[in-house]
Amino acid sequence: MDYLDELKEFVINNFMFGQKDSLENDTDFFNKGIIDSTGTLELVSFIEETYNISVLDNELIKENFSSLTKVNEYLKKKLSVKTQII
Amino acid sequence: MCGIAGILNLTEPHPITVDDLSKMAGTLTHRGPNESGIYIDDWIGIAQTRLSIIDLAGGSQPIHNEDETLWIVFNGEIYNYIEIRNKLIASGHKLYTNSDTEIILHLYEDRKEDCLCELNGQFAFAIWDSKKKNIFMARDRVGKKPLYYTFCHNQFLFGSEIKALFANKNVDRNLNHHSLNQVFTFWTTLPGRTMFKNINELPAGSYLSISENKYSVNQYWDFNFALNDDLIAYSSNEITSYSKELLIDSIDIRLRADVPVGCYLSGGLDSSGITSFVKNNFNNQLKTFGIRFEDEAFDEGKYQHEMVSKLQVDHKEILATNKKIGELVPEVIWHTEIPLLRLSPVPLYMLSELVNKSGFKVVLTGEGADEVFGGYNIFRETLIRAFWAKYPDSTFRPRLLEKLYPYIFKDARSRASMSSFFKEGIDQPQNPFFSHLIRWNNTARIKRFFSENIDNSMQDYDPLLDLNDLLPEKFAKWDALSKAQYLEMKIFMSNYLLSSQGDRVAMAHSLEIRMPYLDYRLIEFIGKVPSYLKIRGLNEKSILKKLYKDILPQTILNRPKHPYRAPIKNSLLNKNLEYVDYYLSDEKVRDFNLFNPIMVKKIVEKLSRVEESSEFDNMALVGILTAQIFYDTFIENYNAHKINPSIFDNVIDRRTTSSLDLSSNKVNSNN
Repeated sequence: MDYLDELKEFVINNFMFGQKDSLENDTDFFNKGIIDSTGTLELVSFIEETYNISVLDNELIKENFSSLTKVNEYLKKKLSVKTQII
Repeated sequence: MCGIAGILNLTEPHPITVDDLSKMAGTLTHRGPNESGIYIDDWIGIAQTRLSIIDLAGGSQPIHNEDETLWIVFNGEIYNYIEIRNKLIASGHKLYTNSDTEIILHLYEDRKEDCLCELNGQFAFAIWDSKKKNIFMARDRVGKKPLYYTFCHNQFLFGSEIKALFANKNVDRNLNHHSLNQVFTFWTTLPGRTMFKNINELPAGSYLSISENKYSVNQYWDFNFALNDDLIAYSSNEITSYSKELLIDSIDIRLRADVPVGCYLSGGLDSSGITSFVKNNFNNQLKTFGIRFEDEAFDEGKYQHEMVSKLQVDHKEILATNKKIGELVPEVIWHTEIPLLRLSPVPLYMLSELVNKSGFKVVLTGEGADEVFGGYNIFRETLIRAFWAKYPDSTFRPRLLEKLYPYIFKDARSRASMSSFFKEGIDQPQNPFFSHLIRWNNTARIKRFFSENIDNSMQDYDPLLDLNDLLPEKFAKWDALSKAQYLEMKIFMSNYLLSSQGDRVAMAHSLEIRMPYLDYRLIEFIGKVPSYLKIRGLNEKSILKKLYKDILPQTILNRPKHPYRAPIKNSLLNKNLEYVDYYLSDEKVRDFNLFNPIMVKKIVEKLSRVEESSEFDNMALVGILTAQIFYDTFIENYNAHKINPSIFDNVIDRRTTSSLDLSSNKVNSNN
C-alpha cells in the first residue's frame, strides 16, 4: 500500500495552496519552507484522522516528517504494525 | 500636530498656484482640522494644516523669522520649547508667537543642522530660506512624525503623507516590487523606502537639504549601544533611580499643551506606569482610554479595570467587535499607505475616534517601553537561543523556551514541533540577523503566493542585503540583545509601530500621541546600560519593573505578558464583508496580478474550513487582502477618492507675478 498520492494532495492543498511545481517526493518540507513546525502538527492531525493511527510524541521527529517519502515510509511501518496487532 | 506639504522649483521660477497647494493640503485635513496656511513665492509654495495644541491663538503657520527671510511649516511638538525659547530671547532673538514652531526657526538661524541636537520632541518640518533659495527638512530621531518626498518635472515635492504628493497629477503611482518584498519579510519597508517607485521617505533621525540644486540626505542620530568602557558603571539601584528621574521629566514635558492631555490605558505595565505617574504627580482629573475586545483571548479588561479602580481615573473604552474590526480595514489602509500583516492598527483607529469625540487632541501612551527596556519575548528568545547555540544538540537548553511560551509548548507534541521551529539557524549565532531571522523567514513564506509577474521581477532581489547595508559600523561588535533591540527599533518600531499602528491611525482622527518612553535621553541612557541588567536571567524589562515596584500593584507587575493583537480570521471571514469577497475574488486577484489566484482561493477555502487557523495562514490572509486593497486604493483607482481642496486661513503671497488664483481661496492674505 502506498500513501504518496493522498499525502501529496494534502500537502499541495494545505501548505502549497495548489502550487505543485516545486514538490517532489524527496523535497525537504522544512528546507524549502513548505511546512513550518506548527504545520507539522496539521500534517500529523491529518494522518491520524485519515489512517486512524496515533502518532506518538517520540515519533514526532524530522526523520519521520520531513518529506513525502519519509511520511510515506513512516505510515507504512506504522500501519503494518497496526495490521499485525489486529 | 499637523500636516505639511510643499512644492519647490529646482531649476527656475515656475508658477506654483494656490490651487496646487490647496489640493495637497486637502489630503491632510485629518491631520490638521483647525486651520491652514501657506507661504508662496516664485520658487516655492509651502502649506500646513494645523491641529492647534500650543499657542492656540498665535501659533498659526507658516511662521517667519525677524526679517521674514526664513519660513517654516512644522508637524509635531518640541517638548523643551520653553527652555529653548528663553535661551533664544536671552541671545537677542525677537519672537512674535508663544509657539514651539517659532523656536525651531531661530535655532536653525543660529546653528543650522546642529539645531536638531537641541530639539526634544516628535517632529517633521521644512524651512525655506528665501534669500539663499535653500530648503532644509528634518525628522525626529526615532521617526514619530512622517515625511515623504519626490522629484518630478524639475520640481521637488514633499508631504506628511504620500497622498499629498499624489494630489499633483504629474506624480506617478507605481508599485515598487522590492518594497512589496520587504513588507512580506519585515512587515514594513526599510528606512527611506515607500511602497511606490520614486517616492522616498525621509528616514528617521535624518535631514534633507537642497541648495543650488544640490540635494543631500544625512543622518544626525541613530540608536546606539555602548561597548566596554562606554558602558555605565552605575549600580542597579542607581540606574533605576536615574531612569525614574528621566521618565518623570519626560512625562512632565509631554504634558505641556494648551489643551487637556489624556492617557491610553491598556492594563499592561507600560501604560499603567505612565498613567500612575500622571495621575499621582500631575493631573488629578485624568481621563483615560482603553480597548476592549469581544473575543476574550485578546481582551485585557480585567487589568484595565483594576488600574482604573486603583487610580480612580475617568475611563472610557471602545469595544472592538470582530465585525467592526473587519469593516474598518479598507479605511485604515487609506491611512497607513502600506499593506499590513496583522490587524492590530484597526482597534487603535477606533480608539482614536473615541478620544477625538471625547474632545481630546492629545494622549500619552506606553509605546516604546518594550523596545527600550527589553520587554519583548523576541529578546528573551534571542538570549535563550544564544545559550542553546553553545550546545546545539542539547535537549535541555531549549526547554527554557517553555517559560516564554507556555501556551504554545502546552504538551509534548507541541514541544517537539516548537523546538524544531526555534532551532532554525541555531548553528549561526554570528549571523547579524540571528534574533529575527526565524520570524522573517516565516513571514517570507507568504511570497510563495506572489503571481509570476511579481515573482519574476524579484528574482535577484534579497531584502536582507539591503538591510545589511543599513547596519551601523559598530553593529557587529554588539551583544545578542543589543543587536536584537537595534533591529526591532530601527525597522519594526520606527516604520510599523510608530506609523501604521501609531501616527497614522491616531492622526486619522486628529489625535496626537506622545510617547514618554521614547524620549531620546531615556533611549540614550538605557543604551549605555549593560544588557545583563536589562534582562536579568529571563526577567524582562527588569529596570522598569524595579522602577514601578512601589507604584503599581503586584497583579500588574507580575502579570503574564500579553502581546497586543487583534483577531484576524473571525474579523475578515465572517461572511458579511462584501469587500473581502471582492478583493479576494478570482477576477480581482487576476486583475491586479500581485498574487496567484489559485493559491488565494485555496487559502481562503482552508481558513473557512478549519476551526483553528494557524499563525501563518492568518498572516497570509491579512497580507494578501490588504495588499489588494492597497493596490486598488492607491494605484488602480486612486481618483475614486474624493478629496476636498483646502481653503486656507492664512495666505502669505510673495510671488512677483500676478496672483489671480488667490481670489477663490484666500481668506486672509498678507502681501
